[in-house]
Amino acid sequence: MTDQDITFTIDGVAITAKPGQTIMEAADDAGVYIPRLCDHEGLRHQGGCRVCTVKANGRSVAACTQPAAPGQTVENETPHINKLRRDLVEMLFHEGNHLCPICEASGNCELQAMAYRLEMGEPTKFPYLEPSRALDASHHDIALDTNRCISCGRCIRASKDVDGKGVFGYVGRGIHRRVAVNGEDLAHTDADASDHAMSDEVCPVGCIIRKRVGFATPIGEREFDKGLIGYEIEGKRRG
Amino acid sequence: MAELRKARIATASLAGCFGCHMAILDIDERLMELMKLVEVDRSPLTDIKRFTKRCDIGIIEGGCCNEENVHVLRDFRRNCDVLISIGQCAIMGGLPAMRNAIMHSDAPLRECLEEAYITGRYIRNTTHDIPNDPALPLLLDEVYPCSDVVEIDYQIPGCAPTGDVIYETLAGLLAGKFHGFDRMHIKFD
Ligand code: SF4
Ligand code: SF4
Ligand code: SF4
Ligand code: FES
Repeated sequence: MTDQDITFTIDGVAITAKPGQTIMEAADDAGVYIPRLCDHEGLRHQGGCRVCTVKANGRSVAACTQPAAPGQTVENETPHINKLRRDLVEMLFHEGNHLCPICEASGNCELQAMAYRLEMGEPTKFPYLEPSRALDASHHDIALDTNRCISCGRCIRASKDVDGKGVFGYVGRGIHRRVAVNGEDLAHTDADASDHAMSDEVCPVGCIIRKRVGFATPIGEREFDKGLIGYEIEGKRRG
Repeated sequence: MAELRKARIATASLAGCFGCHMAILDIDERLMELMKLVEVDRSPLTDIKRFTKRCDIGIIEGGCCNEENVHVLRDFRRNCDVLISIGQCAIMGGLPAMRNAIMHSDAPLRECLEEAYITGRYIRNTTHDIPNDPALPLLLDEVYPCSDVVEIDYQIPGCAPTGDVIYETLAGLLAGKFHGFDRMHIKFD
């Protein structure tokens, strides 16, 4: 701890942040998990999905973009906030076509894992939009199943900022905003299987699929079969 | 003291693959324990086709893709005190619901059937007919989750749920001690 360090609390736990850190970054370092979908380590923060919503001094803010402030009281795991998060996650399920039993991301998928963590096992209360969305299997090594895309923009940031390319971009506005490839289809872009944007960690769901590896790890033995999403961060605290 | 009667259970498979019924059998040797507490009425497991008595628990696999599914589901709701959806098909339509998202044309059902029986690339159907025997139940416009058709009391997620989760849920309900699932046991696959 240095003179400039900031101290604040999350759910009553004292947290130390370095100057300039967001609430989420400081929480991660301290082993306190704040749910997230559009934020990913190593990528620019976007603040789009709002799953990371916390109350800072009573006001709702996105923990991934909100700087930590001295003396702040942050609420994270309260029934009220988790209900808001569950509604957001549930709406993402209803907005796309999520058939987990046939999805090769099942068990590794952050959206699904977030549903588990937020206890979304109950009857679904929103109507399914059941949009008609395309499958792009044009590329030799990568397929895109946009039925599962949650428009988090992680692939856009990874391609632009890490790969220096620009394979993906947003098109449309408002509720019609979607992520699309910059070209006729994926085969007509400079996408490559070795791009960071195509790695299995960037797309949180089963939209960006690397071909021929799908079921190498069987269902039931995957990332979130080992623990609830966030278990690695929370593990830091338990020591 | 009045003798405790066994709880009566009924099960049905609607638009499902029978995988969830197989998962019920995955309870394995604990089935012996369970059978001390319950008797099975209407069910593919007993081959009893109609309710012989009112049941305490009804277990439904699969959603509703045709009129017969709706009929059976309503019959279960009428005859069971507690109705449980088991598996993703019953809970949200599951794999049969894939057809919901591809059906956005003016005659979606026709298009779907034509692709399945006539125009699909890998179809070998020498009669070029779409099955239309009067004995076949009419397909619904979409595949519906059970909770869209009748009130459902509990849902056991999974495709299929594990025998452990099914056993714990049933044992909990029978003992009046079911308080939802441990988060580690919620699975959609
Ligand atoms: S992307 Fe995730 S939530 Fe969607 S179908 Fe696949 S596993 Fe399920
Ligand atoms: S393709 Fe994946 S990473 Fe890109 S926006 Fe969609 S969900 Fe996010
Ligand atoms: S949930 Fe899965 S196992 Fe159960 S009936 Fe549907 S497809 Fe079969
Ligand atoms: S993780 Fe903060 S808004 Fe998406």
